[in-house]
Amino acid sequence: MRGATHTRAIGAGRHRPHALMQHWRRLRRDQLGVFGLVLVVLMVGSAILAPWIVPYDHTELMTGGRLAAPTWDHPLGTDQLGRDVFSRLVMGGRVALQVALAALTAALSAGLVLGLIAGFGPRWLDSGMLLVLDAVRAFPVVIFALAVVTLLGPSLWTIVLVVAITSVPIYARIVRTQTQSLRNNEFIQAERALGAGTPRILAIHIMPNVIGPLLILASMDVPLVITMEAGLSFLGMGVQPPTPSWGTILNDGFNHISNSPWPVIAGGIPIILTTLGFTFLGEALRDIFDPKLRKDV
Amino acid sequence: MWFFLARRLGLAAAIVVLAVTLLYLMIHAVPGDPASIILGPRATPELKAALRAEMGLDQPLPLQIAGFFWDLLHGDLGYDVFSDRPVSQIVFERLPHTITLILTSIAWAAVIGIPLGCYSAIRRNTLIDKITGVLSVSTIAIPSFVMALYALLLFAVTLNWLPAIGVGEGFLGRLTHLVLPAFAVGISWVGYMARIVRASMLEVLGENHVRMVRAFGMPERRIITHYALPIAIMPTVTLIGVGMAHLLSAAVFAETVFARPGVGSLIVDAVDARNYPVVMGCVLVTTGLFVIATTLADIINGLLDPRTRESL
Repeated sequence: MRGATHTRAIGAGRHRPHALMQHWRRLRRDQLGVFGLVLVVLMVGSAILAPWIVPYDHTELMTGGRLAAPTWDHPLGTDQLGRDVFSRLVMGGRVALQVALAALTAALSAGLVLGLIAGFGPRWLDSGMLLVLDAVRAFPVVIFALAVVTLLGPSLWTIVLVVAITSVPIYARIVRTQTQSLRNNEFIQAERALGAGTPRILAIHIMPNVIGPLLILASMDVPLVITMEAGLSFLGMGVQPPTPSWGTILNDGFNHISNSPWPVIAGGIPIILTTLGFTFLGEALRDIFDPKLRKDV
Repeated sequence: MWFFLARRLGLAAAIVVLAVTLLYLMIHAVPGDPASIILGPRATPELKAALRAEMGLDQPLPLQIAGFFWDLLHGDLGYDVFSDRPVSQIVFERLPHTITLILTSIAWAAVIGIPLGCYSAIRRNTLIDKITGVLSVSTIAIPSFVMALYALLLFAVTLNWLPAIGVGEGFLGRLTHLVLPAFAVGISWVGYMARIVRASMLEVLGENHVRMVRAFGMPERRIITHYALPIAIMPTVTLIGVGMAHLLSAAVFAETVFARPGVGSLIVDAVDARNYPVVMGCVLVTTGLFVIATTLADIINGLLDPRTRESL
């Protein structure tokens, strides 16, 4: 453990290209990982290129009728207002990705700062922060989210806020543990003997060692965030119409489920493919970079 | 042991106190005061002032929080103006349906998931083990509300085999109404259980006491059921405790999709109606349930395995 962190901290810059090639070769051998990568690339690609991919405008009402079954013109049918479901799903991917990016960036930065403080600070501060973090984790996530929605009103940013708050404790805890195991290392002591201040030690010596595992964990949390966004939007507590979200599309389909099965069938597919893609890729990445991260669950 | 118990219970109490305080502070950090939110936009200033006084909002914050705890200790979760009933009555009326759903889901998931995990561990790296592995990860990844919707569509709407709405009457009715929601909530738990039992089983099978009974010529079947499984099953206790939060969250969706009158659908309806006291009542009760579940899991683990008592 100690040796490994040493080499990573010192030689990180020099051996990068070579190490990356090795990781890529190992990933290619993991069939599920490659499958996950393909799904993730498809999802991210279609989200970025969405305006150029969609055959119709996602708000345009079609002449072909409402709740129509799939045809060549509308590969996934139309919804209760007669809008093209495929176009809406592609645009919904943008919303899902946007929420995931914003929420995870916020949670990562906050978790990193709090974890560094708890791991490097005095013991009383550490214990106090741990208790507060545990208290935040005592709320069941969806129910906490619903409480916040009642207070702030439903919107995309409420979801981002909720996801960030509920994921911070997990990240902060990991950063804290890693920081504590690093803080008594010789290279940190040497640095301190040379006169480096705490901010410098944290920023230059501790953070690079902590951020790698953190990023892998965050990539494994993408499906959770996407599920959260779709789930809250499905309940009508998330992204509001007319913005298309996978959850609101499912909700529309659910309300008309006795008339047509197609919107529900179509609405579930991108959620399933995206969560599977990120999960398979995340597991493969974790096995390659850091087998120790294997969570029990 | 007593020291461990006291420490664990103390920690649980501290977490509940902090969580409730955080919730209270959160409510009050929001712009606009609760009185005007509860009364709606057409309330007169006099009405608001009266309600503020009644809710104790005119007192200093620490006093308010103390009062809040005092009421909680007396089982008073506030009053619902819409239905003209105490919140605790409304929530505890719905709670049994949610608990039935959660326990049924966990039970069927354990009955299938634990043997599956055992089998995978014993027949490691066979085709069945690999298929189980991929299926476990997939069921964990796919959101429960998508499962619920697909199950509703297939078995209730299209095939019409099972009822889709409500909790049903009589034993058989209740049972048939439980099938689809329990499937949706439990399916990912088959994956969780299979995964964790497989991992801990592999670990246990390599340990000395198992190797010893094998050297004595004990039949493999008996080694698994009598010597390995009782130890390998322990992590699932922690898993269920921590997973209580997932289960409660999944129940929110299952109850909404299948129109079950549980706490989950109650909170969704309350959020829709902006029924503030009921939302907070639901949050408090489910949070309490979750803390109780994790505490119980830790205590059971401490009883079964003295080593875990120290890691607190």
